Amino acid sequence: MIFKWFNAEQGSAVERFAKRDRLNPLELLPWILAIAAYYVFPSYLPLGSQILLTILFAISLDLALGYAGIITLGHAAFFGVGAYSAGLYALHVTGEPLSGLVVAAIAAGILGLLSGLVILRTTGLTLIMLTLAVLLIVQEFANRARPITGGADGLNGIAMLPIFGVFRFDLFGHTAYWYCLSVLFVMWIFGLLLVRSPFGRSLTGVRENITRMHSIGAPVRRRLVTIYTISAAMAGVAGALLAQTSQFVGLATLGFERSGEIVIMLVLGGIGRIYGAIVGVVIFMIAQDSFARANPAFWSFWVGLLLVLIVLFARGGALGIADNLVALLRGRKK
Amino acid sequence: MDAFLSAFVSILFHGLAYAMILYVISVGLSVTMGLMGFVNLAHGVFAMLGGYVMTTLMNRYGIPFGFALLAAFIAVALFSIVLERLLYSRLYRAGELEQVLFSIGIIFMSVALVRYTWGALPQRMVVPEMLRGSLDFGFRSFPTYRTFLIIVSFGVIAALWLGIERTNFGAQVRAAVDNRRMAESLGINTSKLFTLTFALGSGLAAFGGGMGADILAINPQYAQDYLIYFLMVVSVGGLGSIRGPFVAALLLGIGDTACRYLVPEFGAFFLFAAMMGILLWRPMGLFGKA
Repeated sequence: MIFKWFNAEQGSAVERFAKRDRLNPLELLPWILAIAAYYVFPSYLPLGSQILLTILFAISLDLALGYAGIITLGHAAFFGVGAYSAGLYALHVTGEPLSGLVVAAIAAGILGLLSGLVILRTTGLTLIMLTLAVLLIVQEFANRARPITGGADGLNGIAMLPIFGVFRFDLFGHTAYWYCLSVLFVMWIFGLLLVRSPFGRSLTGVRENITRMHSIGAPVRRRLVTIYTISAAMAGVAGALLAQTSQFVGLATLGFERSGEIVIMLVLGGIGRIYGAIVGVVIFMIAQDSFARANPAFWSFWVGLLLVLIVLFARGGALGIADNLVALLRGRKK
Repeated sequence: MDAFLSAFVSILFHGLAYAMILYVISVGLSVTMGLMGFVNLAHGVFAMLGGYVMTTLMNRYGIPFGFALLAAFIAVALFSIVLERLLYSRLYRAGELEQVLFSIGIIFMSVALVRYTWGALPQRMVVPEMLRGSLDFGFRSFPTYRTFLIIVSFGVIAALWLGIERTNFGAQVRAAVDNRRMAESLGINTSKLFTLTFALGSGLAAFGGGMGADILAINPQYAQDYLIYFLMVVSVGGLGSIRGPFVAALLLGIGDTACRYLVPEFGAFFLFAAMMGILLWRPMGLFGKA
């Protein structure tokens, strides 16, 4: 099957163009693996849910960073706002989870829209600084607005109602795993449709050559703000999943570490290709779970080294390396 | 009224000391960013190393403060040359994202290595006998060490500005910041120039990090914790500028001290909001080239 997939990419340019948006069988592999993982590693379900919601967070970042080229170190702001609003909604309104996701998406999306409108006028270091500033302001607010957010203690005692009134969240994380998986699946489809739409293609244009996009009359800023808002809303959903499945929201959801690590995971997998988010998060979080437990002090050294090596030698990340290997194999076959 | 005046004076004084440290640490970053356009988030690592070298020499080997500080400057400057030639120089033509990731990688590695070598606790900074206590200025007395710190920083800054304005090397740096291609075609070896500037900037960061060890505590998370402050000085001041960051450091140092003193319940909220405002008003910084 794998070889058939390789061949499918050959053929005339027209054929390839016609086929480019078709789902290829390999794209179902992650989902088969995710379902298999449920049965093979039943004791690792909480980690599994964490991985799934982090993948969603990474995909949301990929939309902004990978496709539109918006370099941000403050994406945790949206994750955190999603987590807090889902948590507050569950505490004060209702523990119904799906509407909680919607609330989180709207809250994070509004923040994305408002901050995007102002900060996306800038580029380069200034933009990086402004994304950080937004994160720091939200962080400082969550830290100080004790009566609302609980400050450093976070939001405790979040109780969730069953999903659709049927599926109860259990202690072992069975429901949480399926819940995260389903939400991720829906968001993944949405992401794929988005990046393969004309809108998504125009984002790549903005990333690759912003001057040309301006000169052909594309509304560059509107595109950037739109994708930033969508990306923020999606990150908010990821945050909401964390709040609902762990039933706790702390300041760490807004941490600079979370912002930095998600960029690292995405780069590790390969940016601008959706699947990089999946591969990178899975590798990173499994490595973190096993490595960091053995020697937590040195974990950050390996992450740093890996980053430096990727930047110097393998800009495409893990999937980039895979691409090169495939190209190498194909070359030999000819 | 007296209480108000006294609070005002002490905010000004401590803010000034803080600002001097921030400026001495960050000025090198501004120049290197202006010269090569390299987004180096890991600049704080050099300041941290300076602090560690100094405190280790003082606490473990009993070397006097002045010499230890000088040794930190030289050791870190030399180390940064190695790093620049081996790693940084490969990425001058790379995109911003690569540079950001690379320097985050350096920060992460530094955190682990420093914790491994020196432990997780902040380093003790023993102020020499001579500089302890406080100085009486007649109308008020100020802590001796902070006064000393402000005076030394002013000396360093004066030397730096004179050097940039009056020496041949300084003229070359200014030329290269203004227009690198033109400078190159006039026969200036910008790559060598950059290595030297990088070393000088890192050495200054080490100097500032060492001298300011009692304001910005030397601990393994240093480069990460204070990253935002160094970046704020540089981006609000304007990349490539020497004076811009000075003004930015003053605003930040005094502003931050005032916020902590007057509205502690808001933390650094106003500071970040002010930075956002300034950057939106002038995206290239207060003194940056448009």
